Amino acid sequence: MAEELKLFRTWSSPYSLRVVHALKIKGLEYETILEDLQNKSAAVLEYNPTYKKVPVLVHNGKPICESLLILEYIDETWKQRPLLPQDPYQKAMARFWAKFGDDKVLPSIWTVFISQGKEQEEAIAPAAGNLKFLEEQLKGKKFFGGETIGYLDLAFGWMANLISILEEIVDLKLVDPEIFPLLSTWMNTFSDDPVIKECWPPRDKMVEKFKAMREPYLQRTA
Amino acid sequence: MATSNVKVLGAWPSPFVNRVRMALKVKSVEYELIETNPHEKSELLIKSNPVHKKVPVLFHGDKKICESPIIVQYIDEVWTDGPSILPSDPYDRAVARFWAAYIDEKWFPLFQQLRDAQGAERGAVLEKISEGLLLLEGAFVDCSKGKAFFGGDNVGYLDIALAGCVGWVRASDILIGAKFLDETKIPRLVGWVERLYSDSSVKDLMPDPQVLIELYKKFQAVSNAASE
Repeated sequence: MAEELKLFRTWSSPYSLRVVHALKIKGLEYETILEDLQNKSAAVLEYNPTYKKVPVLVHNGKPICESLLILEYIDETWKQRPLLPQDPYQKAMARFWAKFGDDKVLPSIWTVFISQGKEQEEAIAPAAGNLKFLEEQLKGKKFFGGETIGYLDLAFGWMANLISILEEIVDLKLVDPEIFPLLSTWMNTFSDDPVIKECWPPRDKMVEKFKAMREPYLQRTA
Repeated sequence: MATSNVKVLGAWPSPFVNRVRMALKVKSVEYELIETNPHEKSELLIKSNPVHKKVPVLFHGDKKICESPIIVQYIDEVWTDGPSILPSDPYDRAVARFWAAYIDEKWFPLFQQLRDAQGAERGAVLEKISEGLLLLEGAFVDCSKGKAFFGGDNVGYLDIALAGCVGWVRASDILIGAKFLDETKIPRLVGWVERLYSDSSVKDLMPDPQVLIELYKKFQAVSNAASE
């Protein structure tokens, strides 16, 4: 039976990028449907009625939602080039840190990005505290996944993609290479990987987009 | 497989701790429960879970695993000679994980919001809880495929995820008189709850709602006194 694989995503979402990279690493062919979040397609609303969000992977008509769950699904369905560790403990650690990334790291970085003045100053320490845990995880490793890019690298891919863009906009070092040498190196190594590089959203468009996202927050305190 | 080196750090009222204990029960794994008061961050807790400082923590030999959904999956993957907790099919696994995450990220936190909500806000939260229950009823139909549990014939990952919360849902029900478990609205879930109380893996790990209410009132009294 011919596999039908579709990915509903946006051009810029870091969550969507995770899935794009995973599919690329696995060498899978699929159809991309680009979504406009202001005008979501009927398909997305039907495939993800609970959250009405992208990315959604549809495999032979069955939808899978939530990017980290999609990564696990991809890894369990297509066994070539494993993304998650085989060992249950290492797998548990990968899941733990991925969740930490989404629940704590990303929101704390975002807070620094959207705040100003004293509020921004106060947001820096918690963000740095979270990054310190990630720095620890990279000790002795090229990637979070070890020698090759894995699930956890894809989970943190948003950092490699977005951090320098956010830093440019707010003119602030969010991941200082002197304080986080391993994380900084990882961000470059990850970004330079041919598989990852090929699917990178255009930087100038990203800068424009995130500047626009920051606007309402600047106006609020003006 | 040696099981004397398995410990659970947690407290009996915690829905998240009970999930872990249910999973260990399914696998017939013996363990030591190290009771802790989750409202006081003991040194052991901070050392065992420096990132979140929360229970449960599973100790397996020299390994520490945190976050109940992650622990339950770990248990399933390590003790492979017991019954499976997660479905075998990748799509069914994705669906089970999806709903378990929904419970933890969107639905169960509503009960905390309910406790804190005042006046008109309460009505809005109650509405969201009921909507969530309808979604979970739908999830039950999809996942159970006509059988007794989300996991099919036996309790599985999603059963454990939701079963852990049932005691507190019923306690909230009694405290507020909301009738969350309404058989006219969510008949399948109501039937499922009843079956949980007969299932050997979970029935002894579902706290009595009345006991939880007493505990809650005691805690409220202590925190009210502390804030005066």
